[in-house]
Amino acid sequence: MSFKEKIAQRAAAEIGAGQIINLGIGIPTLIPKFLEDHKQVVVHSENGILGMGLPCKRGLEDRNLIDAGGTYVTTGRGAAFFDSALSFTLIRGGRLDIAFIGALEVSAAGDLANWIIPGQYSPGIGGGMELAQKARRLIVTSMHTTRNGDPKILKACTLPLTAKGCVNTIITELAVIDVLPAGLVLREIAAETEIDTVIARTDAALLIPDGNLTRY
Amino acid sequence: MIDKTTSLENALRTIRDGDTIMVGGFGVPGTPFTLIDGLLELGVSNLTLIKNEANEDGMGLSKLIEANRVQKLITSHLGLNATVIGMMNRHEIEVAFYPQGILAEKIRAGGAGLLGILTDIGIDTILAKDKAVVTVDRQPAMVEPALRADVALIHAAVADRFGNLIYEKSARNFNPLMATAAAKVIVEAEKLVECGDLAPDQIHTPGAFTDHIVVLDTLTEEYGILAHHVL
Repeated sequence: MSFKEKIAQRAAAEIGAGQIINLGIGIPTLIPKFLEDHKQVVVHSENGILGMGLPCKRGLEDRNLIDAGGTYVTTGRGAAFFDSALSFTLIRGGRLDIAFIGALEVSAAGDLANWIIPGQYSPGIGGGMELAQKARRLIVTSMHTTRNGDPKILKACTLPLTAKGCVNTIITELAVIDVLPAGLVLREIAAETEIDTVIARTDAALLIPDGNLTRY
Repeated sequence: MIDKTTSLENALRTIRDGDTIMVGGFGVPGTPFTLIDGLLELGVSNLTLIKNEANEDGMGLSKLIEANRVQKLITSHLGLNATVIGMMNRHEIEVAFYPQGILAEKIRAGGAGLLGILTDIGIDTILAKDKAVVTVDRQPAMVEPALRADVALIHAAVADRFGNLIYEKSARNFNPLMATAAAKVIVEAEKLVECGDLAPDQIHTPGAFTDHIVVLDTLTEEYGILAHHVL
């Protein structure tokens, strides 16, 4: 299993039965294959779908049925379609239990930066700000460091923010970290890593609970 | 009831240089490719376009932008269109980005005859720069003016002759919102039925909002499956 799949698998375990979730582009799109049927999780897509099924098998695509990233998808039983205003009414109105989202940077205070690198990357905001600010729970799924090996979990973000204090949990290939009022608390670490490695690759201070940490 | 079906040429003939035009669609689903091609043919320029995204390079809205017909684009996300991002970075086109749901609400407010909305989305970000901020219930809120357009270009799955519309699956997106927010609403429909054939409970956009209906005899390749999005 790749690191990204491992992150998606661990992220899937955060979802409770019957919860309404939204999956951002990148790693979050790998989550559905780790969802257990009996949990009856309902997947929302910004472009107006509640109750998305798995990505569409080749040859069965419907030209009128894509997710917000452009992938051809399917719908499950009980699915509904709606317009873009209603889709964000669901998000801003507090009916979205968890949003999974990628990150360029996350701060010790749970600030998220993921939509613009001035002068380099500026595709627009999309639905990210509303998801970050209004989902009941925001889980960042991301590699622990950048491609250059620089930490993504920082004392403070350097890039323009998507939203302040919005992140609840960070799941990487190395660790599960909760953003609590006291700071960043290490909750679990990956089976193949050590606490010192996680600390070394994290710029922000980590609070380490006493006793053995759960491995995943 | 009045029959609003007409030819593509007749539907588009009052569009002028400098007009503001809303265009439905989120990716391929719901994008009125035939009306966009008609607009390209018409040759109007200096347009202000409002659309969730700019379609992908060489398709739909992107064709108008690439042909330098567009002065300003009001949108949410251009992640799948490197050509338009390049034009934006070279200042060949002005782009105003809004959070997707705020763009939708600005359009909905415009359609509903409201002057704007109050929102806290992006209040702690660079988006709040130069925005009017008021206090509501002791919370800061940005004033986002409503959006209206001279023309809305809409894609519907089914229309009756009066212009009652039904959209299909994820092709609904911005279409019903934009159909309320323009002085002239031009609809392309994949299928035309007689008045009375649609169940009133099933109608997404009531005919009062529709000015012209162009019936699509065929769907061009652009409406089809995009091979690079197939698994």
